[in-house]
Amino acid sequence: MLSGASSFASLVDDAFFFILIISIIFFVGIVATMLFFVVRYHHTRNKKVANIEGNLTLEIVWTVIPTLLVMGMFYYGFIGYDTMRNVPDDAMEITVTGRKWSWTFTYENGFQATTLTVPKGRAVKANIESEDVIHSFYIPAFRVKQDAVPGRDTYLWFRATETGTFDILCTEFCGDRHAYMLSTVEVMSESDYNTWYAGTSGEQITEGGDLSAAGEKLVTLKGCIACHSIDGSPRISPSFKGLYGKMETVYTDGKERQVLIDDAYIAKSIKEPAADKVKGFENIPMPPQPLSDDEIKAITEYLKSIK
Amino acid sequence: MPSHTLDDTVQNGESYLDVKGRYTGVFGWIFSVDHKRIGLLYLGSVFVFFTVGILLGLFMRLEQMTMGETLMTATTYNRLFTLHGVIMIFLFIIPGTAGTLGNFFLPIQIGAKDVFFPRLNLLSWWLYIAGAVMALLAIFTGDGMADTGWTFYVPYSTQTGTNVTLALTAAFILGFSSILTGLNFVATIHRMRAPGMNFHRMPLFVWSLYATAWIQVLATPVVGITLVLVILERTLGIGIFNPAMGGDPILYQHLFWIYSHPAVYLMVLPGMGVISEIIPTFCRRTIFGYKAIAWSSVGIAAVGTLVWGHHMYVSGQSSTASIVFSFLTFFVAIPTAIKVFNWVATMYKASIRVEVPFLYALAFLFHFLIGGLTGLMMAAISVDVHVHDTYFVVGHFHYTMFGGSVFALFGALYYWGPKMWGRMYHNKTAIVALVLQLIGFNTLYMTMMYLGYQGMPRRYFDHLPQFHDAHLVATFGSWFLVSGLLLMIGTLLYSVFRGEKAPANPWGGTTLEWQIPTPPPLENFDEIPTITDEPYAHKEEAV
Repeated sequence: MLSGASSFASLVDDAFFFILIISIIFFVGIVATMLFFVVRYHHTRNKKVANIEGNLTLEIVWTVIPTLLVMGMFYYGFIGYDTMRNVPDDAMEITVTGRKWSWTFTYENGFQATTLTVPKGRAVKANIESEDVIHSFYIPAFRVKQDAVPGRDTYLWFRATETGTFDILCTEFCGDRHAYMLSTVEVMSESDYNTWYAGTSGEQITEGGDLSAAGEKLVTLKGCIACHSIDGSPRISPSFKGLYGKMETVYTDGKERQVLIDDAYIAKSIKEPAADKVKGFENIPMPPQPLSDDEIKAITEYLKSIK
Repeated sequence: MPSHTLDDTVQNGESYLDVKGRYTGVFGWIFSVDHKRIGLLYLGSVFVFFTVGILLGLFMRLEQMTMGETLMTATTYNRLFTLHGVIMIFLFIIPGTAGTLGNFFLPIQIGAKDVFFPRLNLLSWWLYIAGAVMALLAIFTGDGMADTGWTFYVPYSTQTGTNVTLALTAAFILGFSSILTGLNFVATIHRMRAPGMNFHRMPLFVWSLYATAWIQVLATPVVGITLVLVILERTLGIGIFNPAMGGDPILYQHLFWIYSHPAVYLMVLPGMGVISEIIPTFCRRTIFGYKAIAWSSVGIAAVGTLVWGHHMYVSGQSSTASIVFSFLTFFVAIPTAIKVFNWVATMYKASIRVEVPFLYALAFLFHFLIGGLTGLMMAAISVDVHVHDTYFVVGHFHYTMFGGSVFALFGALYYWGPKMWGRMYHNKTAIVALVLQLIGFNTLYMTMMYLGYQGMPRRYFDHLPQFHDAHLVATFGSWFLVSGLLLMIGTLLYSVFRGEKAPANPWGGTTLEWQIPTPPPLENFDEIPTITDEPYAHKEEAV
């Protein structure tokens, strides 16, 4: 069985096993009775049938007993869910943003990353949002899942109980790279986490810092590389490799033309992706990206660096 | 002998297969308003699509045999599972039992010459074909088949460049075919029962069709309208589901499941009806708890319309809604359990003949129990939060839909085939096919449920390394399953054309279809019988 790493794991697994055990008892009982009857009342053994048309007592018994049992199952599922939906007051908050096809995690100090880091033992509330279609944020080891719905704020919370690294998956079909919309959550001890968190900062671009390095981080954080590879390998959109300074055939208002890929073209493509569509990729819709001019500058510097 | 014995002259009626009407050849079929010919038209068409659906499933399993891209690209895979779902649901299961066996046997079982609206019945089949052609067009034109999954969730379905509009139009037309069949059956059951056949003397298959028909009439229009809204969203951008324009994607899910959840009961109820026929016949005794089984069909249909939100526990709907839907969902288990207990009780003090249809009934019970019991796990909200949209769900619904209703359909074809085409099947081959199916089915879908609890999401083109071994086992199982299915289709086809001639009542059945010649004459009965007893009155001396 999949090991659990959050305080919900036992809640979910206990309810599961409670129902599983009752189910196995019923399943084995019914199948065994059925097979026994087939053998015992085979026509070679039993020639004289009893045309019993029914039995009210039996009907009542096998209506009432299952009803009581399923109410128990409902209650078990309900208390687990009730815990899942009521976030403790002391929970730390993070924002989870889903988009085709990556996750970005934003911390209270503004720091952003594509993998999640959380402290063991502390309640964490994830505020979940989507930039495009519906995704679903799923951590099997924690037994939690919640859809990311455009235009609607959803949430979940959990308390990790084991340190280690666990898978994050998208479980709502979202297109070609749905199966690769993966990430991980690293659970650290409280003290390790505090040290790590103190070293993070919300500033992606620092004054006088390496602009190209900041751009490299940004193309990951903003999900660009889900569609644009950086090594020339084919994905659903043009690769970033060798893009800067190249002549490209694009469609502008349906007309084909040649453009030089320079700072202005990149800035325009990020803000209005539909304005000039690269030939061969004209049917791939890219959503406009709300990036600051500084961020665009950093990304442009980075694109210049990958020849 | 049962009490509704017919006049001897009826036994000399000419078979509906030999009757020369206004048209001959293929036109004698596709323009026939005889409910029996229409039943066979449906049977032929649904099995063509079933075979295609099986192969699509097999290709998906082959792709999952390895990690990464092997046989096909992600785009192709996404289209395959969409097409697999659309075909199996709209073109196979929904018309599968009601359209084929319902059309053929409903009028005969209630002592009628045809359905109430024979022309409308033919129109239903033509709409089915029109919908099917439209679905094929969606594959071969424009940007190709939709890649949304059969659920067509917005906003993905309003944004993807693939042929969603055409696929939705196809589903819309198929919906009409289904509504008209339902309407026809309700009218037929209310207006055309033979004298003396009150509701509590109707065969249980008719009861299940009655419950099914009401779902078809009441729920299908909802999905029809919903699909039109998605088409309007795509073509005119009306914004009803678009949050940027004040719409709501969750609204779509509610509207979709208001139909599509009851739809799972309209897929399984006719199968349950079939089981209620097969079990008393091979037990050579009356059914245990007739009224309980009959009314539980209505109970399932009624409660089934109130539980759609259990597909949406993690969608972002309110927690209160999730809790209420979970509570109601558990009540579907009760009428279902009642049916199972009564079927098993029917075997008590019986005189059982173990023939292929009966073996399929046992297989149905085995699979349906697993499907139903795993349904309880997902009805429990906290468990469903974990397993929702994983392979657990995929395994569960294949156990109910495929292992349950489709195995019941297979059993019904062996049971009623001799009556429909007047020829028997080859017993040994049929049993070999069943054994292959059982091994393959359980290996494939049990493994899927295991994978799901481990966290393997559905609709994934690729899988993480920890899921690989189980995926291999599942694919291995799929080979057994597909061989069993193809062997069974071969056996049935052989029986249609080359099988031994069947007697009028090979199983000692008591319902009306067994009292008329094989194959049945054009209008079933020369003289409408008068019913004086319950449908499964096996008299002891008949044993």
